[in-house]
Amino acid sequence: MSAMAEERRQKHCSVVLPTESMKAMAESVGVGQLQEDSCVALSEEVSYRIKEIAQDALKFMHHGKRRKLTTSDIDNALKLKNVEPLYGFQSQEFIPFRFASGGGRELHFYEEKEVDLSDIINTPLPRVPLDVSLKAHWLSIEGMQPAIPENPPPATKEQQKVESTEPLKVVKPGQEEEGTIQGKGQGTTTPDGKGQCLEKGLIRLKPRSTHELSVEQQLYYKEITEACVGSCEAKRAEALQSIATDPGLYQMLPRFSTFISEGVRVNVVQNNLALLIYLMRMVKALMDNPTLYLEKYLHELIPAVVTCIVSKQLCLRPDVDNHWALRDFAARLMAQSCKTFSTTTNNIQSRITKTFTKSWLDDKTQWTTRYGCIAGLAELGPDVIKTLIIPRLAIEGARIKAVMEGPVISNIDKIGAEHVQSLLLKHCASVIAKLRSPPDNVEQYRTEYGYLGPMLCSHVMKARTQAALQAQQVNRTTLTITQPRPTLSVSQSGLSGSSGPRTPSIIKVPSSLTLMSPRPGTPSQPSPPATKYIVMATSAGAASTQQVILAQSLSHILDLHIGMIMCQI
Amino acid sequence: DTSLAKQKTDIKTEPSTDGFGNNNANDGRVLSASPGSGSSTGSNKQTAAVTPEDQQTLLAVLQFLKKNKLIESVEILRREAGLPENSLDPKATESAGAGSGGAAAVAEDQPDVRVVLSAYSQQGDPTLYEVYYSDLKKFIETVLDCHRAELSQVFYPLFVHMYLELVYNNHESEAKAFFEKFSGDQECYYEEDLRVLSGLTKKEHMRGNETLLDFRTSKFVLRISRDSYQLLKRHLQERQNNQIWNIIQEHLYIDIFDGMPRSKSQIDAMSGSLAGEAKREANKTKVYYGLLKEPEIELPLDDEDEEAENEEGKPKKKKPKKDSMGSKSKKQDPNAPSQNRIPLPELKDSDKLDKIMYMKEATKRIRLGSDNLPSVCFYTFLNAYQGLTAVDFTDDSSLIAGGFADSTVRVWSVTPKKLRKVKSAADLNLIDKESDDVLERIMDEKTASESKIMYGHSGPVYGISFSPDRNYLLSSSEDGTVRLWSLLTFTCLVAYKGHNYPVWDTQFSPYGYYFVSGGHDRVARLWATDHYQPLRIFSGHLADITCTRFHPNSNYVATGSSDRTIRVWDVLSGNCVRIFTGHKGPIHSLAFSPNGKFLASGATDGRVLLWDIGHGLMMGELKGHTDTIYSLRFSRDGEILASGSMDNTVRLWDVMKAFDDLETDDFTAATGHIHLQDNSQELLLGTYTTKSTPVIHLHFTRRNLLLAAGAFNP
Repeated sequence: MSAMAEERRQKHCSVVLPTESMKAMAESVGVGQLQEDSCVALSEEVSYRIKEIAQDALKFMHHGKRRKLTTSDIDNALKLKNVEPLYGFQSQEFIPFRFASGGGRELHFYEEKEVDLSDIINTPLPRVPLDVSLKAHWLSIEGMQPAIPENPPPATKEQQKVESTEPLKVVKPGQEEEGTIQGKGQGTTTPDGKGQCLEKGLIRLKPRSTHELSVEQQLYYKEITEACVGSCEAKRAEALQSIATDPGLYQMLPRFSTFISEGVRVNVVQNNLALLIYLMRMVKALMDNPTLYLEKYLHELIPAVVTCIVSKQLCLRPDVDNHWALRDFAARLMAQSCKTFSTTTNNIQSRITKTFTKSWLDDKTQWTTRYGCIAGLAELGPDVIKTLIIPRLAIEGARIKAVMEGPVISNIDKIGAEHVQSLLLKHCASVIAKLRSPPDNVEQYRTEYGYLGPMLCSHVMKARTQAALQAQQVNRTTLTITQPRPTLSVSQSGLSGSSGPRTPSIIKVPSSLTLMSPRPGTPSQPSPPATKYIVMATSAGAASTQQVILAQSLSHILDLHIGMIMCQI
Repeated sequence: DTSLAKQKTDIKTEPSTDGFGNNNANDGRVLSASPGSGSSTGSNKQTAAVTPEDQQTLLAVLQFLKKNKLIESVEILRREAGLPENSLDPKATESAGAGSGGAAAVAEDQPDVRVVLSAYSQQGDPTLYEVYYSDLKKFIETVLDCHRAELSQVFYPLFVHMYLELVYNNHESEAKAFFEKFSGDQECYYEEDLRVLSGLTKKEHMRGNETLLDFRTSKFVLRISRDSYQLLKRHLQERQNNQIWNIIQEHLYIDIFDGMPRSKSQIDAMSGSLAGEAKREANKTKVYYGLLKEPEIELPLDDEDEEAENEEGKPKKKKPKKDSMGSKSKKQDPNAPSQNRIPLPELKDSDKLDKIMYMKEATKRIRLGSDNLPSVCFYTFLNAYQGLTAVDFTDDSSLIAGGFADSTVRVWSVTPKKLRKVKSAADLNLIDKESDDVLERIMDEKTASESKIMYGHSGPVYGISFSPDRNYLLSSSEDGTVRLWSLLTFTCLVAYKGHNYPVWDTQFSPYGYYFVSGGHDRVARLWATDHYQPLRIFSGHLADITCTRFHPNSNYVATGSSDRTIRVWDVLSGNCVRIFTGHKGPIHSLAFSPNGKFLASGATDGRVLLWDIGHGLMMGELKGHTDTIYSLRFSRDGEILASGSMDNTVRLWDVMKAFDDLETDDFTAATGHIHLQDNSQELLLGTYTTKSTPVIHLHFTRRNLLLAAGAFNP
């Protein structure tokens, strides 16, 4: 440690401004020829003074109760030395220097743009910043920290993970650090938990974890679950919002998980589409909550979700009810959980893929299940589509053809076949557009993909024109982009993979998606260029696309409502 | 009120005029430490050899003392230094002629600095410095373990002085080499100072560098046992290592004690300040830390109240509590100062009413302890844009005030009672002054609002404090002023000028009327609200005063500083009565325990230290925070200490246990060498993390609910 300190210190004392800087500064004030000696003397003196001012500025930062040094701190330090502060050098957030290099010289400079006064006069006034206000909350109640959104989550994801993966080690490092009291507040460990755990640790017994819920928690659980499956949509939205954002839910997680899995089990049998939709939305909300460690409950949640994708029948009247939307939604959930939870040890993605493929390949599979399998696979990304779906297009086409053009056996089969067809077209078109190069020949498509060929061809062409349009927009706007916002692009890329209007699906509000933690895409899914969303955030031309998206999601909501009304009729 | 102040000023003449403090603050800085060291008795080692340089320094000090009419100190210093009576006269007359005005004093001040610096001018072979130092290093590394830790203390001051000598004599490259070779050996808590030192490479830099002047003017104090000291002395004399011996003689003050050498941990606990440890004599003065007798106020027992208590079924608990309170106020504490040691304002009727309210509330107070923790209510300032710099609550927790970087002061009401201004003068004329509710009638209902903004400062507001009667608010700012605001009109009443540099903190006395302020100019000032000039100037810190606190009995003031020491000052005499060293970073928060016996301090090093004021001892160290501690507060009964920090946590500590656990015997009490246990984890009762809000203020309500405040920092 002392060696490190030494290293640091040596850095301190060696830092002196380069003489070139002195020259550059001299040039900037009109002194042309500066002697090397003067440069050295100047740079030493200037370095010393700068250090002195920086040390004083640090005082102002400390008294300002901040961790960031601001330009006003420097101003105040200059005032201490009776030096005129640098007026007009204000910045709220970051140091306003720009970096440039060229010709072997590196330069940091302050960009002063020429501003047209009329521009300033003509631009509408910015919104008045919000005024300071006070808000009170309970940080602790008799030693326990209440799990409310104002407080940080009582147990971080890491703690929850440690708890679930290493049950023998119950004295969690984080908790130990934070004292016994917090442990008390969390209810998972009894007040004298530490001692007990130590004893048990000695005899290597896995301690039984108790999941006692406080009265308030029980009440909350009751309210939330009732609202989630109740009839009032406003209440449901509120409840789902709570599940998606509240930090203190992890203790109730096992209950929620069981609630969902049991709910799906019962309602699939009863063909209650509405309830299944509600339960899937609960799953979505749980996945959106950044404080929950869901890995522990996947064994309950995944079967429920998969059920909603591939079940033979999900509603009472398969010919009228829009159960396809539920399958789509559940498939997307499945894809999302594959992306977030799949690891080399649990292999969720490959296991799911196998399951889907197996039942798709089965000739006896119903159209509904077939649809689910394809949707589930397609949502996993373009790579999966390329390797698993496209090779089977011809076979599947033949099967569809048999239903569509053959003797009418049942209306339900026909509807199913139609849905499968549009699903395949929707997902495959964009992938094929990337695989094949134009021109697109209908005959070629027919020979390659069979019955679906001609339709695919027109879809692919549509996809190409759309892509070209987008590319144009990107070209137009990238020049104005100064700060790309990676958070938006990464988190949305996965779900924005397919373009073009979707078939009816369940609510998809773009903003809520940012709650997902940005994770690197799995190798099976190279994230497509997320340009659309950058454009959305920065350029005016994008406003229209954003509106389109909004409109689209609005139509989804409408669809859903129609679906729900239909179910309820 | 004026008579009070007069009475007060009569007690002792002003130690210094305002002009001194303002016009040549530099002068004050250079020499401020000298009166302290000069007047302390028993510095017998100094007289050993008075070199010409020393004599010059002494003369400068004498001159300064004389200028400020500190006759007694002049006498003492002269006697101790063995200077003849007339030695001062030629120079003194000279300076009296030149230095009558403030501006002239500045000019005259220059030679003094040069004199001070010239003490480094003694030449030695620059190339041998490294040899001397490493020779000593080798010696200290080979001595017996028990002495090594003690002797290692000399490394840092020696290193600094040798480096400065090299720099002063223009041996730039040798200085650099010396620094690089040995700076790594120094204790890590000196890193901050070493950084300052590393920037200093030229003689020109030395002039006007405060750190350097501090180092030169104040002797670095070391406590070493007699055995270790003899060892060192013998070694240096054997080796004829005069260079080092001279530095030790001139720049170090070695406080020798008889007894066991201290261990490394004991030394580390006490060291870290800019100028070494406190001398033992510095903490020997008797401090009257007891509380003043509360005036007898009849507590009218409402029957309603009684019934309410009975309904709750706790009548038993209430009775003994009241008795204990009664007996406490009746008995005269032997450690308490006499009631009129400091003249205090008389109680007004409204104050008495407030006292009654206080006692009523106190009966409902929750007894806190390790198994009964307080609830914490957090007041978050939203949309403060990193600009919240100070917060205070009123004692009854009805108002909250915030100081902001944009130089505004804002007051909020946290009760349903809104803030109202007094009506205009014309409207006030129309009021029936005889009516019972005249106090209600003077308020202008139209101005009622939850918060009020007050403009007046021209820089960030760093300190803020409510008066105990809630009629006034003090704020101190970067602009060098302390302002007094009326909470009836929400306007500024007075701007107290004097500091001229940023004022980091201010606080009202618990009895009102007086207040203390401290800032960048290294002096703390005691003011009375009706005097535009300070009543006392507390001078002695070697760096910025960062926080100021009044003792509960209003007779003492504690100040924390960037020089990493805490000083306690006697308001009556203006003398420094305690110096506490041990922090390794600037101190940013102080808190007296409600019984007046203990002091808690928090610093940028993230540690809380506990002090026994009566004995002048460190009582404990509370480790846990990871960033600057901006707020400390004892619970109303003193059982629990709450600390709030930049690391976004509020922590609660069992200080009763800390005080009980400490084993002190006569020896440790006499020498101050305590063994601190590392039991922070046991004492930590709770940690409450906010989402992203640094905790900058804490306050216990009269019922022991903990209030915390800070600005959300997204």
